[in-house]
Amino acid sequence: MSEANEGMDVGYVAKLANIDLTTEETALFQGQLNQVLHYVEQLNELDVGGVEPTAHAFPVYNVLRKDEVGTSLNHADVVANAPAATDGEIRVPKILDQ
Amino acid sequence: MQYEATIGLETHVMQKTNTKMFCACKYEYGAEPNTHVCPVCLGYPGALPVMNEKAIELCCKAGLLLGCEINPYSKWDRKNYFYPDMAKNYQITQADQPLCLGGQLTVDVDGEMKTFTIERIHQEENAAKNTHVAGASLVDYNRAGTALMEIVSNPCMHSAEDALAYMTAVKQIMQYGGISNCDQEKGQMRSDVNVSVRPVGQKELGAKVEIKNMNSFAFIKEAIEYEIDRQTALLESGGTVDQETRGYDPDRGETFTQRTKENAHDYRYFPEPDLMPVKIPAEQIEQWRSELPELPAQRRVRYVQELGLPEYDAGVLTADMATSDWFEQAMRHTKNAKAVSNFIMGEMMRLLSEQNCSISESNVTPEKLAGIVALIDAKTISTGAGKQVFEIIFNDGGDPKAIVEERGMAQVSDDSALEGWADEAIANNPKPVEEYKAGNPASINFLMGQVMKASRGKANPGAVMQMLKQKLDR
Ligand SMILES: [Zn+2]
Repeated sequence: MSEANEGMDVGYVAKLANIDLTTEETALFQGQLNQVLHYVEQLNELDVGGVEPTAHAFPVYNVLRKDEVGTSLNHADVVANAPAATDGEIRVPKILDQ
Repeated sequence: MQYEATIGLETHVMQKTNTKMFCACKYEYGAEPNTHVCPVCLGYPGALPVMNEKAIELCCKAGLLLGCEINPYSKWDRKNYFYPDMAKNYQITQADQPLCLGGQLTVDVDGEMKTFTIERIHQEENAAKNTHVAGASLVDYNRAGTALMEIVSNPCMHSAEDALAYMTAVKQIMQYGGISNCDQEKGQMRSDVNVSVRPVGQKELGAKVEIKNMNSFAFIKEAIEYEIDRQTALLESGGTVDQETRGYDPDRGETFTQRTKENAHDYRYFPEPDLMPVKIPAEQIEQWRSELPELPAQRRVRYVQELGLPEYDAGVLTADMATSDWFEQAMRHTKNAKAVSNFIMGEMMRLLSEQNCSISESNVTPEKLAGIVALIDAKTISTGAGKQVFEIIFNDGGDPKAIVEERGMAQVSDDSALEGWADEAIANNPKPVEEYKAGNPASINFLMGQVMKASRGKANPGAVMQMLKQKLDR
């Protein structure tokens, strides 16, 4: 990884997310996001040798609901919220690879 | 050089729940597009998922039925990808801590019992349905977020037959267990198939080709056979197999390279912060285990050992759950298992396939078939007449006894009636009579046929035979 991509390769991540960035934007976000990463990296100074890894900070488990049908959204509202629709389906730019 | 194929399957099964995995929207196949959607399954900002407890139960029960260990602790992860079938740009799934671990399945592959091993079963959510039209794609989010589990086998199969036997068994078990209807036409069971080929004796597996998202067993079989041939030919000619994703074109009977986005497989998994992990206590697992139904393999054994049916019958009857349940219902009204089995395997299956309907739609109910069997067992009607009654009910409905009475189908065992026909047959056919008396016992069959004809099929064959012998042996 080149120096400019230290920490995070913004160009690559943008591509994964289908975001079109100009060279200038890429450089700008690269700098900004690296700052964020450096900030988070402060955590590396802590000794966590004796701490169990966990997916969550709170010891809460099994937040479940019964399998009972609730209210869904009004169809007209769903369509109104979508960028475009055809025959009740949400229309998006043609998906190439399928 | 000899080559061998290695096959692994990732089978997606949609669970039989009323609602979706993480929201209370209804799961309903064929509903008007985008009518069962909400902020959670549409990925609106700020919406929070909540786990469906029934889905967790069904996933764990599937695991128990397939011999898995239930993971006492499991968690959720985000699989990130950008595609309109998942509005929030990630799918909630389980990466490193799935609900079920390990497992195995022993199945009959062309007469040989083989055990296939399962790596894991994890719970996830389904994607939306896309339709592609000119210049655009249309998305129906009704399916988005529905409960979907993925059963991942080890790369332990070596032929299309192995894969087919495995999938058939998984489907049977899911249906019997009430986990899923596995209706492939409704997309309730789909598989990704991994196929690789290597020289026999080589330790490492060959390059893996993945054929994605297939629901038809017949196409899966064809695709595997094609892929094994293609890869073997490539290796034999000194070429190499590319690790890639391929699609299957059933019209051409060929697989083809699927264009995939560069880096599309970098899913950047990370723990789902919106969902708390799942802990399943041992008592819960034992409770679920005690609720598991009898599986096809167990039913087959019981049909043979307790009902005295041949292995063949037991296999046919348990092949699908609807047939097996129907048989069991009939057995509540009769003790004659073989007669019921014969009717199901014979008349029932023939008529169902001719009229392309399912056993649950048949006018002949389990109770009515038991009624027909009772009439045959009581010698009120012949087996042939029983078959006619079956077909009449199948086509037009009705009650067995009433039909036999209305149509005068009861067989005649009454000596006085039989005697007239027997005397007539003997008087009119001196040659067979002579032959019989000269020591050719088969000649009596001709006379018997004459009596049956005269009675228009209603004479009781046993009684006729007795009557003829009585007269001729005198
Ligand atoms: Zn929803």
